[in-house]
This record gives sequence, structure tokens and C-alpha cells, in this order.
Amino acid sequence: MVRLIQMLGSQGITILQRLGLSGIFLVQVAFRRPRVVRTVPMIIEQIYELGVLSTLIIVVSALFIGMVVGLQGYNTLEKFGVSSQLGQLLALSITRELGPVISALLFVGRAGTALTAEIGLMKATDQLASMEMMGVDPLWRIIYPRFWAGFIVVPMLAIIFSAVAIYGGFFIGVHWLGIDSGSFWSNMQAGVDYRVDVIGGIIKSIVFGFVVTWIAVYQGMHTQPTAAGISRATTKTVVYGSLAILGFDFILTSMMIGAW
Amino acid sequence: MKQQRFIEFMVGIFIIVTVIAFLLLALRVGGLVQISNHGNYYLQADFDNIGDLKVRAPVTIAGVKIGEVSGIQLNPDRFNATVTLKINNDQNQIPEQGTMAIIFTEGLLGSNYISIVPGYNYDDDDNEGNGYLKNGGKIQQTQPALILENLLGQFMFNINN
Repeated sequence: MVRLIQMLGSQGITILQRLGLSGIFLVQVAFRRPRVVRTVPMIIEQIYELGVLSTLIIVVSALFIGMVVGLQGYNTLEKFGVSSQLGQLLALSITRELGPVISALLFVGRAGTALTAEIGLMKATDQLASMEMMGVDPLWRIIYPRFWAGFIVVPMLAIIFSAVAIYGGFFIGVHWLGIDSGSFWSNMQAGVDYRVDVIGGIIKSIVFGFVVTWIAVYQGMHTQPTAAGISRATTKTVVYGSLAILGFDFILTSMMIGAW
Repeated sequence: MKQQRFIEFMVGIFIIVTVIAFLLLALRVGGLVQISNHGNYYLQADFDNIGDLKVRAPVTIAGVKIGEVSGIQLNPDRFNATVTLKINNDQNQIPEQGTMAIIFTEGLLGSNYISIVPGYNYDDDDNEGNGYLKNGGKIQQTQPALILENLLGQFMFNINN
């Protein structure tokens, strides 16, 4: 009995220590005077790795999700005779919720794990240690570009996701289910407020990008330098990142709707 | 070097695609372009009961949208609602006298909107625009929203006689 409580206590202390370590890590990486000329080419390269190569999965998922929401929405709205409001339903659900959240989740799965595995492998094969020996600060060379690239890329992916998903729903609604194209767009424009919905979704995705990239990079940097350690760190990236996305989504949504 | 150029090219394409997607979202989905083209002017109207009217509800003449509701305030003197209407500057020939603002309902269960029925312009001999509503003007005649409970009450009362 006593041992159980003891284990609980030690686990709690370990969790707090790790939380503090990640906070210090964030301050070390993110909040420093930027050396623009030297780091921008590296950031651009990382934007390619994280963003451009994720575009395929984002676009295809967006297309399918838009089509599914269109179909399901039409199914239910038809019962009340308001199937012309499908555009509004589609646009609001995608720009407010599905766009930022699902694109961030896909980013965690595809790019977050790549980040963690890459940095973890560099740590395990002592590349980071040898960089320090050569006098190159691994935080500047490896972590900093990846962090800012992830931060920049996630909102861009969320925007692409939202636009493609809405057009996917448009194709289903207008060309397959027979809703009038004019009323589809005009009802959508009447219901979507640019500042609250579109910009709100982008703000959400900025927060998600920050949190997810931070988690991925931290987990990579602080793995146990073994194969099992890297796999565990990759799993933690996905799990913690997904939980953080959904948690922040709830917090941000309740703030934006005004129920806070 | 070729690898580097390819990477930069792809990142440039990525950024262009994002900007296009963002413009689509802002203009097509959010309808950002519509109203802020020529500027607007503001009118006021007092209603006894605004029902379900919300800010940004459309203001129409003959069913065509000419502006939207920009503010709703309770008038503390008379306890009626003062509604501020934001009208497109293209529609600057609404006569001052005889114009009525009515609150209608979209469809059967839809939201409320304001319809303006223009009156006759009595001072039509000078073409300087006298007799038209200008910025800060007030629509004198209004009709309140249709409240379902009042209607039912009237119905029950008439049925029982």
C-alpha cells in the first residue's frame, strides 16, 4: 500500500520534471534573437520536408472529408427540407473545427513522427554530441529550423485543407445531389463570418502548430538513445500531440464562442 | 545546388497554393467582398418589438439585399428598440417621407430580416436629393416583428367568441 502511494508520488514528480524540462527547452529554442541570414535557408528546407511533402495526404483527406460531410449533412438536412443550407453547414463545420483539428492531427501523424524519429536517431547515433564537439550548437542547426518550419507550416496546411474540403463538399452537393449552385454559395456566405470563422480557424491552427511542433521536437531531443527509446518517443509524440490538439481545440472553441 | 533550387521552387509553389486557398476561403466562403465596395451610410429605426432580429441580418428593398443591421439598442426613454441599419451608398434615393421599415421572417421558421418599403417622394421638383434619407436619418414608420404567441393569443380569443 505504502509502496503504491510512493510510486504514484514519484511518477507525479517525474511528470512535473519533464514538463519543466520541456518548458526550459522551449525557451531555449524559440525565444532567442533570430539570425535571419543563416537560418532562413534551413527553415525553407524544413518547410519543404514538413509542409510540401505533407500536402498529398492533406489534400486527399480534405477531399474525402468534405465529400463525407456533404453527404451526411444533406442526408439530415433533407429531412427538414432545408437542404439548401448545406453550404452553410459544410463551411462552418470545416472552417471552424474540422479544418484546423484534422489537418493538425494528420500533421502530427505524418510530420511530427518524422521530426521525432529524425532528431531521436541523431541523438542515438551521437550526431548531436559530435556536433557539439565541433562547436556547432545543435539547437541552432537542427532544432531551431525544424521548430519554426513546423510553426509556419501547420496554418498553411489548415488553410489548404479547409479550401479543398469545401470544394469537395461543393462537388458532391451541387453536381451529385442536385442542390442549386447559387443558393449553395449565397447561403454559405450569409452564414460564414470572415473574422470569427475563417480567422478563428487560422488562429486555432497557429496554436496547434506551436504546440505540436514543440512536443515533437522535445520528444526527439529527450529520447532514450536506443531503438526502443526512439519508438517510444515517436508514440508519445503522436499521443501527447493528439491530446494537446483536442484539448486546446476545446479551450479555444469555448473562448471563441464566448462561453468561457 | 540543383537539389536546393528544386526545394525552394517547391516551397514557393506551396506558398502560392496556400495564398490561393486563403483567398478562396476569404472571398468565396466568407463573402468578404460584397458590402465594403462603395462605403455605407447609417439609418435608424425604432421598433416596438424586434422579435428574433440579430446584428448582420439583411436589410432589403423588394427582396433585394441593400445592407445589413449594424446595431440594436434598447431605447431607455420609450423602452422600444433602436435599430441601426447600414445601407450601401449605391442606394441613396430612399424617400424620407412615407418610407416604412418592416420586420419579416425568412421562410416559415427562418430568421428575421428588415424590409424597407419606400414611400412617395413629395419634394421631387428639385433634383438635389432633398427628401431622401441621408446618413443619420431616421425611418419614421415601422412595423414590429410577428410574435407567434401574440398571434396565437389573438386566435384563441377570437375562437372563443
